[in-house]
Amino acid sequence: MDFKDYARQPQKLASGQKSCSGCGFPIIIRMAMSAIDRPFVVCQGTGCVSVTTTTWPFTSWKMPTIHSAFPNLASTAAGVETAVRVMKKKGKLKKDIKVVAFGGDGGTYDIGIQALSGAIERRHNILYICYDNQAYMNTGGQRSSATPYGAATATTPHGTLHHGKELFRKDLTYIVAAHDVAYVAQASIFDFADLTRKVKRAMEVDGFAFINILSPCVLFWKIPTSDAYKISELAVKTCFWPLYEVDHGKWILNFKPEHKMQIEAFLKPQGRFKQLLELRNRHIVDGLQQRVDRKWKELLFMCEKTKEKPEKKEVKKVKKKKIVKKPVKKGVKRKPEPKIKTSKTRSKFAKLKDKLKRKRR
Amino acid sequence: MVKTLALTGSEASAEAWRQINPDVAPVYPITPTTEIISKFSQYHADGKVDTEMMLVECEHSAMSAAVGAAASSARTVTATDSQGLAYMWEVIPIASGLRLPIVMQIANRALSSPGNIHCDHGDSMACRDTSWIQIFSETAQEVYEHTLLATKLAEHKDVQLPAMVMQDGFITSGNLEKVKVYNDTDVRQFIGSYNPTYSMLDLQKPHSFGALNLHDSYFESKRQQEEAMRNAKKLYLQIGKDLSKITGNKYDYFEKYRLDDAQYVIICLNATGGTTKEVIDRLRAKKKKVGLLRIKLFRPFPYDEIANALKKARAIAVLDRSESYGAYPPVFGEINNALNLLKKKPKVQSYIFGIGGRYIFEKDIENVYSELMRNKFRKEPQYIGVR
Repeated sequence: MDFKDYARQPQKLASGQKSCSGCGFPIIIRMAMSAIDRPFVVCQGTGCVSVTTTTWPFTSWKMPTIHSAFPNLASTAAGVETAVRVMKKKGKLKKDIKVVAFGGDGGTYDIGIQALSGAIERRHNILYICYDNQAYMNTGGQRSSATPYGAATATTPHGTLHHGKELFRKDLTYIVAAHDVAYVAQASIFDFADLTRKVKRAMEVDGFAFINILSPCVLFWKIPTSDAYKISELAVKTCFWPLYEVDHGKWILNFKPEHKMQIEAFLKPQGRFKQLLELRNRHIVDGLQQRVDRKWKELLFMCEKTKEKPEKKEVKKVKKKKIVKKPVKKGVKRKPEPKIKTSKTRSKFAKLKDKLKRKRR
Repeated sequence: MVKTLALTGSEASAEAWRQINPDVAPVYPITPTTEIISKFSQYHADGKVDTEMMLVECEHSAMSAAVGAAASSARTVTATDSQGLAYMWEVIPIASGLRLPIVMQIANRALSSPGNIHCDHGDSMACRDTSWIQIFSETAQEVYEHTLLATKLAEHKDVQLPAMVMQDGFITSGNLEKVKVYNDTDVRQFIGSYNPTYSMLDLQKPHSFGALNLHDSYFESKRQQEEAMRNAKKLYLQIGKDLSKITGNKYDYFEKYRLDDAQYVIICLNATGGTTKEVIDRLRAKKKKVGLLRIKLFRPFPYDEIANALKKARAIAVLDRSESYGAYPPVFGEINNALNLLKKKPKVQSYIFGIGGRYIFEKDIENVYSELMRNKFRKEPQYIGVR
């Protein structure tokens, strides 16, 4: 599918939903849904999505959707998926309906992690997309376990004694990967092709698929409404939000920046990290940089470890002509085969010639 | 063909489930309800049902999955009690708010803390204002029949509310009783198929479930729920009549035992009714005009009918197996409201008994009757069997 083809598709999330201008999640949802070309239903966790898209009597969803509560997105989706399976088994449903769940970081990293873990363990055929805006934005920007070290939030504000959140964020993508899940990926709106490809792959796999997507929040990251894309790019290029996927246990790095940027590049444009730019808070930035470096190293290690090592060059098996062995008469010695000229025996001159050729290339 | 089997209350519940053959059963174990789940799992393992068992990781997820499945036009059942019900509580009003006819089995058990696994009604009483239909049952036979009734009632298109079927934990759920199990085909014909008006799987007419309704519309949707409850009260009798064609039993809002000419009446729920009936028979032999009113349908509550039944009573004792701390206990409160409808209100006394599974003996009930006869009334609820 061409980039333009995506744009030409009819909108699956109607415009007019009430999210802030410049918000990350409508971009994520639109991008993700544009990559889905089969019937599906949507489950939403409580959060910005449910509140802004289904304010009665309006709904932005053009497919059936359900919102139940905050901690139970994964289990509600599991219920829907089970019903789909039963109805198909009983012949009451003809179509193959896929269940897609959209949840925020609060409902996925924190209060909903038990339901998520349970649903993964039961291998429900669900695509779960977490739009990670790194705090409880719907309730006014309180810290969550996805909030990065040093970020100022409503509950970890910048003060004279404390300077934002003093704990590191949870790496949920790793945690989900540790469940030995069918497919897990980390994506960003920065790379449209990568995101849509991941959604497509997630729809293909049989079993639970999880995609974690960074969702810039204009209100509480304190960024201009035009900058969601730019910040996403910086998050990827500083390796704060690396793009990778784990497909049936195989770790694949999808984007390796040519020059790994320092974490300050990601922090600077965001108001929530303003206090970190003061000289006295240098150690916080250093701490964050160390963490990012360590996680990046770990990721590279995992990718290398699970990389399918190219097996020793497979020698094409040429069907050997059946040689009918002549019965060797006892006592009669076979003739020794003639020696073939190998590289060792080649002249010094020929070797030099080869070297020159390589240099020219 | 009617079979008479020796079943516990739990097994009777599972037997009802087997006949109903629900689509999805998200369950999580908890004592004593776990027996229902285990028995049903055996039916599942033996291929006697084609239900999809969802063995979830907690009760909260069990009810959430039930919500998801029921919204996707699957007939859904679950079971829990006590802490499990308390853990589910967040999703309990969501199930009724989304008008999903989930049927839940509850073997009543005391709430922590202190920890306890024995019977009292504190768990289901905590859910009495959540717009769930609540049916209390005395015997395993009643548990079985109430489950069938509740399924049909909950799914009626004028009701569409979830229902809980209660039995006393261990007392009913664990004791073997003689249970008449009716013909599978008759029962299945009675239950029928579940075809909800709105479904998550209807791609032609997509609906959004669980929207945000603020001050401009929330009130109306809640008022509609009340209307559904009122319908449930009417339809309970109608569906009960249909069921009695199979079972031959009557399905009233409450059981009246020697009540018509009784002057001294005890009102209670569940298994305590059985003990009380024994005492009544003995006292009646001594020409004492005593009777029992055992409530079956607790939500919606039949105020008028109860008031009418208690018209001739001189004194009433309401036996509650749960507390409403700092207030009168739940059943007493309801009975008091019902009696206020009468021109001449009989005297009424509240008793609290059996909290955390404390035994109640025949002598205790005899004592209650004698206190009624001696005209011994006090403002505060009286405690039976507390040390």
